Amino acid sequence: MSLNSDIYKDDPRAKTYLSTDSDWNFELLEKYDSEIAKIAAKYRLDTYPNQIEIISAEQMMDAYSSVGMPIGYNHWSYGKQFLSTQKNYQRGQMGLAYEIVINSDPCIAYLMEENTMPMQALVIAHACYGHNSFFKGNYLFKTWTDASSIIDYLLFAKNYVRKCEERYGQEEVEQMLDACHALQNYGVDRYRRPRPISAAEERLRQQEREDVLQRQVNDLWRTLPSRQEETTQQKRRVFPAEPQENILYFIEKNAPLLKPWQREIIRIVRKISQYFYPQRQTQVMNEGWATFWHYTLLNELYDNGKVTDGFMMEILTSHTSVVYQPGFDSPYYSGINPYALGFNMFQDIKRICENPTDEDREWFPDFAGKDWLDTLHFAMENFKDESFVQQFLSPRMMREFHLFSIYDDDERSHYEVEAIHNDNGYRKVREMLARQYDLSMREPNIQVWSVDLEGDRSLTLRHTMHDGTPLSQDVFEVMKHLHLLWGFDIHLDTVKDGEVIGRRSVPEMKVAD
Amino acid sequence: MSYIIDRRLNGKNKSMVNRQRFLKRYRGHIKEAVSDAVNRRSITDMERGEQISIPTRNTHEPMITHGQGGKSHRVFPGNKEFNTGDQLEKPKGGGGGSGSGQASNQGEGEDDFSFFITKDEFLNYLFDDLELPNMIKKSLSQSKEFKTRRAGFVSEGTPNNLSVVKSLRNAHARRIGMGAGKRRKIKELQAQIEELIAAGKPDDDSVIAGLKADIAELEKKLKMLPFIDELDLRYRNQVKVPMPSSKAVMFCLMDVSGSMTQDVKDLAKRFYLLLYLFLEKNYEHIEIVFIRHHTSAKEVDEQEFFYSRETGGTIVSSALKLMDQVVQERYLEGDWNIYAAQASDGDNWDDDSPLCAQILSENLLPAIQHFAYVEITPHEHQALWYAYQGVAQANASKFATAQIRGAGDIYPVFRELFAKERYKEAV
Repeated sequence: MSLNSDIYKDDPRAKTYLSTDSDWNFELLEKYDSEIAKIAAKYRLDTYPNQIEIISAEQMMDAYSSVGMPIGYNHWSYGKQFLSTQKNYQRGQMGLAYEIVINSDPCIAYLMEENTMPMQALVIAHACYGHNSFFKGNYLFKTWTDASSIIDYLLFAKNYVRKCEERYGQEEVEQMLDACHALQNYGVDRYRRPRPISAAEERLRQQEREDVLQRQVNDLWRTLPSRQEETTQQKRRVFPAEPQENILYFIEKNAPLLKPWQREIIRIVRKISQYFYPQRQTQVMNEGWATFWHYTLLNELYDNGKVTDGFMMEILTSHTSVVYQPGFDSPYYSGINPYALGFNMFQDIKRICENPTDEDREWFPDFAGKDWLDTLHFAMENFKDESFVQQFLSPRMMREFHLFSIYDDDERSHYEVEAIHNDNGYRKVREMLARQYDLSMREPNIQVWSVDLEGDRSLTLRHTMHDGTPLSQDVFEVMKHLHLLWGFDIHLDTVKDGEVIGRRSVPEMKVAD
Repeated sequence: MSYIIDRRLNGKNKSMVNRQRFLKRYRGHIKEAVSDAVNRRSITDMERGEQISIPTRNTHEPMITHGQGGKSHRVFPGNKEFNTGDQLEKPKGGGGGSGSGQASNQGEGEDDFSFFITKDEFLNYLFDDLELPNMIKKSLSQSKEFKTRRAGFVSEGTPNNLSVVKSLRNAHARRIGMGAGKRRKIKELQAQIEELIAAGKPDDDSVIAGLKADIAELEKKLKMLPFIDELDLRYRNQVKVPMPSSKAVMFCLMDVSGSMTQDVKDLAKRFYLLLYLFLEKNYEHIEIVFIRHHTSAKEVDEQEFFYSRETGGTIVSSALKLMDQVVQERYLEGDWNIYAAQASDGDNWDDDSPLCAQILSENLLPAIQHFAYVEITPHEHQALWYAYQGVAQANASKFATAQIRGAGDIYPVFRELFAKERYKEAV
């Protein structure tokens, strides 16, 4: 009997405790999971089935470095990720994440064996009921990802890449992947729902696709004059008819020189990028939701007398450090902590529903005083970070976080504090914070503009400048990658207020225009 | 609904492939860092990994992002004293300060990407491109040791190699094959009998009796098929393959006369150490013989070899003679790969140098794999060097000389002595 258990020997509540030790075992995991599941069901957390996998620290490092994909194709950049994770971990600079959770059906969650029982319970509540229900309920995930097929697809991708390496050489494939990775953020459809991906279908149709695709490309690049004397002296074909935001898709379908397998590689990177697209837009909400629920579920477990005081202390210690938000001037500051912001916003929504103040009634007439669980589910299901902040960030939250907005104009010598957490500033601060989470603001707006079909086959992209923010130097490197994919000259025009103000070219032009 | 799965016993080195890819991609950088480390490290710690640093700009993966400049709005937490309209001084020297969260993504925070390689990887990079001189030659063509290896089955052999299972299986197959026709015939005849009986013929009908006799005849023939035949026997085949010798002996010869300072000895030690590590990677079993000499030579242990102090003149041939003697006594039999490295500051008693050359080319070189001579001196070459040049020309594949001026030279010289290309032609 450990000391820890002895403390609870004479505790009258002792019979109801699930465990009193800090050690976990599989039986206990199951018990905790089923208790947590019961409470989660009460709060209508609808989840995919859970697949909880216990792994060691080394395995966690592996999982870490494959950027959240349980099965990934091989690439040096994952090795780089692994080396830096390994170094930081071995030096003790960084603890490993307690958990990693995959948006799949069944929802896979990794638990580290080093965790104590309270930590495992925390992780189960956080990942298996928090994140899991978010994956299943949020509209972005519903629209853009297909949880049931992702594992199959990743497996297909891994095998396909491996086969290509065998057939065309590792370096060839690596070059393709490097190029695609550089453009992966420009490989997503933002407004059109993609076809659901399924590995079985994928394999069947892959060969067929290769052939058809190649034929289409050939047609586009046909150099023989068309037989019919079309409208007087060939109207100059404009291609693409409309600007294309999905650059990788455009390349995959239209690049003249790529071989079928290269197009397939582009497609793989594109599909995976699309899969992660919702996650990049819902960080605050996703983490906030999961944190809110581990906090709520475990507190209820405690209130029901299922866990000990010591258990709860450990949970709260961990929880507190997760939701800590250092100020901008703290040495620990590294941006706004999504766990802190998300958790507090969900807590705040609950508060507004249960105990609204006059201010809340004025700001949130729609849901102040309404059922909190309905409101929370509504918020989780129908928003992304940007709109979530815009709709639900209350003045009280802004005061608690002491938020303020800085305006930085590179033509002026000073920063200006444009709004703070007061009556005049709430709306401005909230709007600015929401914009900060808008992916289309965070990423430069670059689209495929035109292709010189009859001339030198060069590809012209158009960068629409916003607020005078220039592109980083990286863009040249990325354009070189694009050049490799396209096979002919690449131009990138920068447009400001409707006028082209600059052009970058790869290969670089001898004479600047 | 939850399933709990224990994955701890699954493989943990899933990232190994990716890690290797990374190392391969940055091979040039890593090799550079390794050779720097060799020059920097103290004598005693070659056997550990190393931290490798690669400038971040080389490992950076480009992405299209916003650069500095333009007009931007940023929201921060933790306001204490600011009020709307306050003007704040921009930090000098661009970005910095409380910059946006983007900075770390662009890798501006760190100048180098650094990571660790293991001891084995360290040594591999260290000895990359190097080849043991003459190892192939010795291990295969002159090898006297063989081991037997299984090589399938053959139809002839000695009884002790008989494979019972294989032989019986063959016999069974043969019996099935040879009896098939007869058995089919028996079945047909039996079917005829049954037809006749069904047609109402009595049991003792003459036709039926005839058929029965046929069946009995066939069955007798079936029984006569031999249970096992000479043809069925299979023997396990064994072939003899030459076994590369896995034994090596390394002779360390060093001048310990008054002119050799501790610094020079330390340099020599590093050279020996590299050679030792190098051999260790290629042979299972290695012995080392330390021979030090001034005017006379003596076999000593490692401690004494490197650290005891002696004075006096120098007669190099004494060491070579002793080495020859030791080789004759202990290492001639048993297929030893013999390596020798001699370090000296180049001093020798003048009349002795030709004798050294003679002992080397007549006695030692025929018996050994490789002899390396390093002269550790910042000055002009001495008599011994010139005497050895003649030997080197005559035995380019086995004998190498080099001059070491300082610690930084050791590794390059070592590489040069054992570089692959150098021996490609010779072998």
